[in-house]
Amino acid sequence: MSKRVLIQGNIALCEGAISAGCEAYFGYPITPQNEVSAYMSKRMPELGRVFLQSESELSAINMVFGVAVTGKRAMTSSSSPGISLMQEGISYLAGCELPCVIANITRGGPGLGNISGAQSDYFQAVKGGGHGDYKMITLAPSTVQEMYDLTAIAFDLADKYRNPVMILSDGYLGQMMEPIEIQNSKFKIQNYSKDWVLDGCKGREPRKIRSLLMGEGELEEFNWKLDKKYKEIKKNEVRFEEYKTEDAEFLIVAFGISARICKSTIEMTRKDGLKVGLIRPITLWPFPEDVIRERSKKVKKVLTVEMNLGQMLEDVKLAVNGVVQVEFLGKPGGTIFTPEEIYEHIRKIC
Amino acid sequence: MNTLEKSVKLKRPESLKPARHLYCPGCGHGIIHRLIAEVVDELDIREKTIGIAPVGCAVFAYDYFNFDVSEAAHGRPPAVATGIKRVLPDRIVFTYQGDGDLAAIGTAEIIHTANRGENITVIFVNNANYGMTGGQMAPTTLLNQKTLTTPSGRDVARDGYPLKVCELLSSLEGVKFLARCAVNKPANVIQTKKLIKKAFQYQIENKGFSLVEILSMCPVNWELKPVDACKWIDETMSKTFPLGIFKE
Repeated sequence: MSKRVLIQGNIALCEGAISAGCEAYFGYPITPQNEVSAYMSKRMPELGRVFLQSESELSAINMVFGVAVTGKRAMTSSSSPGISLMQEGISYLAGCELPCVIANITRGGPGLGNISGAQSDYFQAVKGGGHGDYKMITLAPSTVQEMYDLTAIAFDLADKYRNPVMILSDGYLGQMMEPIEIQNSKFKIQNYSKDWVLDGCKGREPRKIRSLLMGEGELEEFNWKLDKKYKEIKKNEVRFEEYKTEDAEFLIVAFGISARICKSTIEMTRKDGLKVGLIRPITLWPFPEDVIRERSKKVKKVLTVEMNLGQMLEDVKLAVNGVVQVEFLGKPGGTIFTPEEIYEHIRKIC
Repeated sequence: MNTLEKSVKLKRPESLKPARHLYCPGCGHGIIHRLIAEVVDELDIREKTIGIAPVGCAVFAYDYFNFDVSEAAHGRPPAVATGIKRVLPDRIVFTYQGDGDLAAIGTAEIIHTANRGENITVIFVNNANYGMTGGQMAPTTLLNQKTLTTPSGRDVARDGYPLKVCELLSSLEGVKFLARCAVNKPANVIQTKKLIKKAFQYQIENKGFSLVEILSMCPVNWELKPVDACKWIDETMSKTFPLGIFKE
């Protein structure tokens, strides 16, 4: 049964998690995502699930680690400075192959930055903000509907691959209200094998969960095993949206909140007869490099639009691989584009 | 009594794997592992116990205990234990932590877990130095004690005072059982086992947070013979860290 509700992005994130069977939420206050913990503090106990306000983001991610060890579904959320504090925990989660969901309602940085939405944590999310060779599946919603849908999907991906998954959103999307379809039946909770969890060794041999591999060649072998898993994820889980790319002569690549602004820009350029299309990566890792490569062969120029100083730009350039020129339009410091300024820029470069 | 009977009497607890420890000669960790294993067996909780290993000398605890054990990042075992206990409240969850793990990098985690009255048990091993990394100063290092990073002794003007974890935690209302003991001589070993058992019983009875601090020998890094290390606990270390029950 589908239900249409007017809901804030941060609350849609919560409901998405709840629909996916998230059994525990841990978090530490930080703007602009405080609605998440306030809402979860009420909703989770109502459902007989766990809510706990942690003493720090370090603790929050390690409480998530504890729940993940038991095979149950857990989530934490924060914003940029808090996500930085979680990087240690994320590395351990990846190293121990533990599933969980982490939401970053990104704000401006570096440092304390400001509290408006930004896209400047792209590198941190997709290039491994913590230590060691690991990858985190990263989903970038661009609507409140996707804050709900992708959060639910994130839990399944986490369990399927025993890997942390990040929702990389931003303060604008977190605070925005939109009508969305809430349809719990759409996401049937998958039951993945949990033959690795720690829940007491009744009727079985004791298990251990660890990332410390000191034996000669042991860690190398484990890293190759992770590599195989990451290649599997790249093969199966790439998600993106194409918007008016069929006849496009110019291609924009943008994610999240920037992508939806670009759609308005594309309406403007098309009125002028300028055929601009958009590829919106939904998974930032694995990155939709194949489709960008293919589309770039048919256009005159590629433009990457991001609310930062050029981060996804590097992945776009790698995908395009010099076939055409890749331009960049950026806006750092937690400021947002208007469709007009992107339009002006396109008029200049096209 | 023949030798066989003796060996049967001293048989390995089921909660201890038949694995060879990597601990240094004269180290107290082996004794403490055995005491925990005996208590877990006696309370018949092996199949519902989940342990959290620290980063430090006991990092391989999961290779020694014969029940479920998870790793945790340095200092974070109390947060990991909180996560486990909140979703599996009927399991017995304990952390095994050294003084670097618990009293330095994990200070926030231990204080807040204790203050929440989290129904878990903490086994806190205090050997007054960072053993695994070669014997640096720990928060628990005694004044004037020489370590790798205090070559002329811990200087109060530079390094401050030894951190007394039991005294610190005793002011927290969430803490229900709190004791300090040692494993340097048979009488203390017997007392330590009693206190570990009591701590686990508190958890079984849902009474709240319990912690047992154990003064433990580190002869290699203390640069003492094993027997002298045992004596040093009596003669020196327990003057700064007096044994006793702080809260019950």
